[in-house]
Amino acid sequence: MNAPLRRSGVVILVLFGMLFANLNWIQAYKADEYRTDPRNNRVQVAEYERPRGKIEAGTETLASNTETDGELKYQRIYPKKEIYAPVLGYKPVVGAEVGIEAAENDILSGSSDKLFADRLSDMFTGNNTGGGNIIMSLNPAAQEVAWKQMTKNERGVTKGAAVAIDPTTGAVQALVSMPSYDPNPLASHDGKVATDAYKKLIADKDQPLLNRGVANTLPPGSVMKVIISAAALQAGYNLDTSIPAGSVYQEGGATIRNSEDEVCPGNQITLKDALTTSCNTGFSKLGVKLGRDVVMNTAKAFGFEDESLRVGDLEATDRGLAVAASRTGAIANEDGSVDKSALAQSSLGQRDVRMTPLLGAMIAASVANDGKQMRPYLVQQQLDSDRRTIYTAKPKVLREPIDAAVAGNLRDMMVSVVQSGTGKNAKISGFKVGGKTGTAQNAEGADPHGWFIGFAYDENGKAVSAVCVMLENVPGGHASAEAARIAGLIMKAAANRGGN
Amino acid sequence: MTASAVPAPTPASTGEMSRIRGLKTRRNAELGLLVFAMLLVAAFGATVEANQFDEIRPNFWVPAALIGLLFFGLHMVVRFTAPFADPVLLPSVALLNGIGVAFLRRLDLENAIANKLAVPGFFAETSGRQLAWTLLSLILAAVLLLLLRDHRVVSRYAYTLGLVGIVLMMIPAVLPASISEVNGAKLWIRLGSVSIQPGEFAKLALVSFFAYYLVRKREVLSLASHRVLGIDFPRGRDLGPVLTVWLFSLLVLVFEKDLGTALLYFGLFVVTLYVATERSSWLIIGLILFFGGVYVAYLLGDLVGGPFANFYDRAEVWLDPFSQANYERKSGNSFQLVQGLLGLGTGGLFGTGPGAGSPFKVPEVRTDFIFAGLGEEIGLFGLSALLIVYLLIVERGLHAALAVRDSFGKLVAGGLAFTLGLQVFVILGGITGLIPLTGQTTPFLSAGGSSLMANWLLIAMLLRISDAARRPATSGPERAGGGPKKAPTQLHGAMTEVIKP
Repeated sequence: MNAPLRRSGVVILVLFGMLFANLNWIQAYKADEYRTDPRNNRVQVAEYERPRGKIEAGTETLASNTETDGELKYQRIYPKKEIYAPVLGYKPVVGAEVGIEAAENDILSGSSDKLFADRLSDMFTGNNTGGGNIIMSLNPAAQEVAWKQMTKNERGVTKGAAVAIDPTTGAVQALVSMPSYDPNPLASHDGKVATDAYKKLIADKDQPLLNRGVANTLPPGSVMKVIISAAALQAGYNLDTSIPAGSVYQEGGATIRNSEDEVCPGNQITLKDALTTSCNTGFSKLGVKLGRDVVMNTAKAFGFEDESLRVGDLEATDRGLAVAASRTGAIANEDGSVDKSALAQSSLGQRDVRMTPLLGAMIAASVANDGKQMRPYLVQQQLDSDRRTIYTAKPKVLREPIDAAVAGNLRDMMVSVVQSGTGKNAKISGFKVGGKTGTAQNAEGADPHGWFIGFAYDENGKAVSAVCVMLENVPGGHASAEAARIAGLIMKAAANRGGN
Repeated sequence: MTASAVPAPTPASTGEMSRIRGLKTRRNAELGLLVFAMLLVAAFGATVEANQFDEIRPNFWVPAALIGLLFFGLHMVVRFTAPFADPVLLPSVALLNGIGVAFLRRLDLENAIANKLAVPGFFAETSGRQLAWTLLSLILAAVLLLLLRDHRVVSRYAYTLGLVGIVLMMIPAVLPASISEVNGAKLWIRLGSVSIQPGEFAKLALVSFFAYYLVRKREVLSLASHRVLGIDFPRGRDLGPVLTVWLFSLLVLVFEKDLGTALLYFGLFVVTLYVATERSSWLIIGLILFFGGVYVAYLLGDLVGGPFANFYDRAEVWLDPFSQANYERKSGNSFQLVQGLLGLGTGGLFGTGPGAGSPFKVPEVRTDFIFAGLGEEIGLFGLSALLIVYLLIVERGLHAALAVRDSFGKLVAGGLAFTLGLQVFVILGGITGLIPLTGQTTPFLSAGGSSLMANWLLIAMLLRISDAARRPATSGPERAGGGPKKAPTQLHGAMTEVIKP
């Protein structure tokens, strides 16, 4: 009976060998995968051992923590709720961060190499020093004015976005998306609260989680005329060059009319007046005359078709809020030749032209900054846990779509729009304000979107703000007038002149 | 044979013999190993306190000393009743039992800290209860060693034990689920706050019965056969008991909803059969029957559901535990399994250190999943060490079976040691995802009295048989006088049936 007993011993040995091999598989080979599995709650517990860094703007705290008695030691809180949510995003217990919480996660969580000194001292002291802090470029006054004016707009519009940029640096002064959401339940330690809140938001047909300022493109309407004007000025036109206009313009299958009969009914109009009155026929004809390639290249020079732009800090340009690419569309027939009727419509920002509000603000900012388009950014400073500065934004030129002379002429044209044209609502007393309105047809029977892009110079001639306001489906006509009004108030606030 | 037939030698004669024959009792080695095991347990306790309280309190050694004292008591009993017993068995089991109690105390401490309660006393909470169970188990083991001076005596009560085993096994299956069902497996008798797993005791009784039955039948089973395709197949009438046990274990599988117990009993029977007959055809038949039965149960679970559904769920979950569908499954999801695996993975090679992990993330960490909880804290290296300790116990048991001179002893020791190894494989394989998860306890580690008592009785039996194995053949005058002249069948402790053609 001994031989089978020995063999039974071998069987046990083999079974234990299998256990051992399997343990190696789990604890050595698969260990990292299991350690970081989202269902592994230990990951979160370790993460919440140290307080996450604060996010601030000016003197306002936008994201901070409260201590809890629970297993997760800190609860992330967002005191300003909806106002900043599209920018800040949120830090959920389970799953990926969103917004600036995601883009600056390595600083906020303390895992960044820049915070190595903190981690090293933690190792010796046994403390859990908090993560680094983020100072946003946002101007709280401008942001809150923008939020208030957008949400309490005079037309009862429920969807829209507003972006304000400092033209000389690219610092984003305000970035509002409406409707927004309260990030606090999403950051709840109670998994059910967080999941329910998320499910409710994701099911909302108004898409509150969508940042309409950067991540959504819509037809820009007459705002496109700024680009056509720039193309014309570069092609040698000047402010007083007469361009053909008229009350109706038939190009292929497209019929272009003006918004009102009294707008540019004559055969000729100067370029400046065409922009001031937002003459559709004039710009359609001008666009067709300049040609598809000129129109598309000018749009591209201003930032259309850019698929890689992200707005966060200026060092890690691969992180930050992803900016949807604005498009001119192909403007081509099926055989690739120029589709002139499409070109006529595209010159008015219709057809397949789509633009983000951020790009609208960047276009206005380029004009106000002598043709230099600064790379937009949201993070002004990164501070370590002791609030020592570890990064300060150093403004960078992103692209130079037009030279200073063209920019000067274009500026004068846009100032004329606000002075005596369609953008009068944007006026700020004492400031020199320029801009361009846009009213974009979108769907059959739907109210048009109202746009305004513009800029403001203060009394000293300093470009203080460039802005884009977009309101979706504005009822009651003159869709862009309300956008222009809000834009003026935002720029005034961005220049620290208060105003609600 | 009676218990008094083989009296324990006096310590003096033991010492004399060790000098003369070179056969040492090795009791002092056992004591030394025991002290070493308790030092490891104390070190575990100290690390737990360092991680839980950020300081090692002056009385950290008390739990290790308390449980060490209990083992010392059993050691003294072994010293006087089974002086030649294997010296590695007791310290190895003591180490596992001690680590188990220390880990349960670690859980109690974390629980108390989390709920802002006072530090629990040494006799409080789960670890205190486990300490009490250990005391009871050791008393039972000592009583067994004291009363049963010769393991062959057991064979006299073989049929009684067989009946008792079957009854114990079947009780939970026939009881209403409200009394017998815990986590989907009907393995329990719950009376108020006390839960008993009768199946744990059944395996001891059944091993004894199988051993006796097979010793009697071994000639018949091994010699009378038909040869088909080069394999010797037994006669149909001899297959009867195997088929009975097979059906029986499948019934357990279906009605107690527990693959592990079924595998355990069936494996136990097939192995004792194989050892008794030395015929590998039994292994082949056994394996085919078992896996065939399991596969059919799986298919039935898919098609019919009902009593097979539980097993079907477990098998499905086992095939892909990490799929979100299985994780969120309505009945029998993989949450436990996944959390256990994540705990093990988090521990990695070296573990977080005793007291520094988060074992409460793993459900049932005090019982079925204690190995996963431990694995997070002691890592692959620690778990490998525990595996080796288990392996040592099993191989030492098999070694006793090899060395003991009577067939009954060989079968009992071999069967018990193999069952222990198989149980470790079934539960650890279950929680590591190697085989479908079943509700087995981890011997000596898990909280729970039934398992601890039954397994300590098993160890006492192995100690008794290893004592007989290592005892010099001439030690007792009674045996010296009768041994050579008696027929070999009597050495088996049971009659062997002759072949009736």
